[in-house]
Amino acid sequence: MEETKTPLLDELEKGDWPSFVSEIKKAAKKSPGAADLLNQLEVSYKEKIGHWKHGGIVGVKGYGGGVVGRYSDSPEEFPNVKEFHTVRVNQVAGFFYTAEKLRQLADVWDKYGSGLYNMHGSTGDIILLGTVTENLQPCVDELGDIGFDLGGSGGALRTLSCCVGKARCEKACVDSTDIIRDLTLHYQDVIHRPQWPYKFKIKVSACPNDCAAASARSDLAVMGVWRDTLRIDMDAVREYVAKGFNINEQLINKCPTQALSWDADKQELSLCSEDCTRCMHCINVMPKAIRIGTETGATILIGGKVPVVKGPMIGWVLVPFMKMEPPYTELKELVDKITDWWADNAKNRERVGELIERVGLANFLEAIGLKPLPQMVKAPRHNPYIFWNPEEVEKRG
Amino acid sequence: MARTDFGPPDFREMLPPVIKENYGQWKYHTVPRPGVLKHVSESGAVLHSVRVASPRLVSSDFIRDISDIAEKYCDGYLRFTTRNNVEFLVSDEARLQPLIDELDAKDYLIGGVGLSISNVVHTQGWIHCKSAVTDASGISKNIMDELHEYFTGKIKVPARLRIAVACCVNMCGACHCSDISVVGIHRTIPRVNDELASKICEIPTTVAACPTGAIRPNPKVKSVTINPEKCMMCGNCTAVCPAIKIMDPPNDGVSIWVGGKLSNARTAPMFSKLAIPFIPNNPPHWPEVTDAVKHLVEVWTSHAREGERMGEWIERIGWERFFKLTDLPFTAKHLDDFTHATTTFRSSTQFKF
Repeated sequence: MEETKTPLLDELEKGDWPSFVSEIKKAAKKSPGAADLLNQLEVSYKEKIGHWKHGGIVGVKGYGGGVVGRYSDSPEEFPNVKEFHTVRVNQVAGFFYTAEKLRQLADVWDKYGSGLYNMHGSTGDIILLGTVTENLQPCVDELGDIGFDLGGSGGALRTLSCCVGKARCEKACVDSTDIIRDLTLHYQDVIHRPQWPYKFKIKVSACPNDCAAASARSDLAVMGVWRDTLRIDMDAVREYVAKGFNINEQLINKCPTQALSWDADKQELSLCSEDCTRCMHCINVMPKAIRIGTETGATILIGGKVPVVKGPMIGWVLVPFMKMEPPYTELKELVDKITDWWADNAKNRERVGELIERVGLANFLEAIGLKPLPQMVKAPRHNPYIFWNPEEVEKRG
Repeated sequence: MARTDFGPPDFREMLPPVIKENYGQWKYHTVPRPGVLKHVSESGAVLHSVRVASPRLVSSDFIRDISDIAEKYCDGYLRFTTRNNVEFLVSDEARLQPLIDELDAKDYLIGGVGLSISNVVHTQGWIHCKSAVTDASGISKNIMDELHEYFTGKIKVPARLRIAVACCVNMCGACHCSDISVVGIHRTIPRVNDELASKICEIPTTVAACPTGAIRPNPKVKSVTINPEKCMMCGNCTAVCPAIKIMDPPNDGVSIWVGGKLSNARTAPMFSKLAIPFIPNNPPHWPEVTDAVKHLVEVWTSHAREGERMGEWIERIGWERFFKLTDLPFTAKHLDDFTHATTTFRSSTQFKF
């Protein structure tokens, strides 16, 4: 058998799932950086350890972030990845592209970088994977010429992202792509010039199915909801049932608040609207018959994040309902109040959810001028250690 | 001075005419075959979307190939999904089957829609991350080589199943809320290079980075010390002080977590919980990881009721029964001892033997 330079990685060209190793090899035909990336990765597979140094600051004119330094710890062995920096490019809202736009992107990246991409990174950016320091500025300049700007990095508002929304989803309660487009343009300065204690993320999911993973992956999640009532097309319901849909098992028994009932004799589905918590199940399983309401807006959740530092969090309800119409002034004012308070009060590397946990939800609400509401909690406190302010009690003597 | 702060291209310029005309007017959708979505508008207009898998890490050749395909069948319009799939947006139904034929001929895997296991959301790994304990791309590739028939719809599942792989406990990629997550972990405490730390690390920042107060200043050598009894190997100190190293190949590896979800459908979003505390790194195939994930999928598939996500199934049967059915050992490692530990302890006699 012919000996190859990367026997371990070659194993990952087998199998039915598309292979990232084949992708790196395709890029390696044109890019020495991609070739050395593969060679260095083979060593990682052999030694079971990564070979990237701790970082190092790189930059481009006019921006405080958006490019991330990456250096090999074995530059003698792999000189073409001695510098192999990342360029974070702000993706198009909803991840929509044209063939022409993608080809323009590939032309620029083939000219200045490895020809490798993450489509897309965890936060949402197009990740251009690997170039040298001297190519960063011309690369970013030419990306600008084809209409692509940088995303965020460091203690900044990170690149915003969203689900497909009204562009192609019947469940969209808010215009997620438009909100993201509007906020992204409005917040260019704090995206591109880190000025905060740590990262801050905003994502929009247009309904409670949360396809953008907003409640887990963003400090401030905007989730589309409605506050009137589900729309039911009774003829369509009957058609589902006539075609063998087991309405009791798949719908009635699974409604978490028992808001739905089915009268088999009358062939009528009835809804107790005030009991519905908009969980989406009935809409998901009967898309032709049940639809979202018409009085739509968003629930705002705060504090979602991964484990660093004090454990993972899923965002908490902050505003049960907010109308979402351009130019989204109420949302922007809320974001500004929250980020100002957080920037003033957080420790280094303290996300907003951890700051709220440290100082208490009541203090946070007071600072940003919101009233406590029962929708914010699963239950009231069950301990008696209540803080009272001096002005709330009678003065003694 | 170069132009700055102009933002990304306007999404409205990237939309096919059928979407522009029916924006916000979609009425319902169906799944006519695995991997294909058919959206119908109030106006009666129809859009087909054909979803294919990508390895997320792609080359310019891949970008050009999908662009060529989109141009041939979709007037150039395509998009990506939040789970790294590619979607071809077909306005002309006559071009749907020819598109599918070409995708099949080129070995693109069509699937990942509705009741299926969609693409893995994963992180950079050894390919490009400084804090990677494992290679997320490699593990994801092996898992999906094994499970691709769940993606293409050849094997049915009771409900959606989301898999995520993160190369360290930072859990980039919603690992804390996925049906099955694979997360790289350390098992030995970090080592401090005092001489280097005294030169390049801010001591107060390093001390403050520790969530358990395990790090104390060591003024004699202008460095820090780590209390092994308090350190839980989160690696946060290594992110602020490059003189602290935590990588330890023989002891590093991955853990497996189950039962997380984010959709509000039926039940509230759930965190993923620990199923398997440690599996060694075994590249290039990580067979123990792939076997464990496949086993979890199979036990869930054969026991869950229709429509029950992994976490919903486990909540119904109870964790004690989950460990029995999966034949996984329950150990002291499964007992939480961090910030929200007591919220996970049971105060009821309602459990199963």
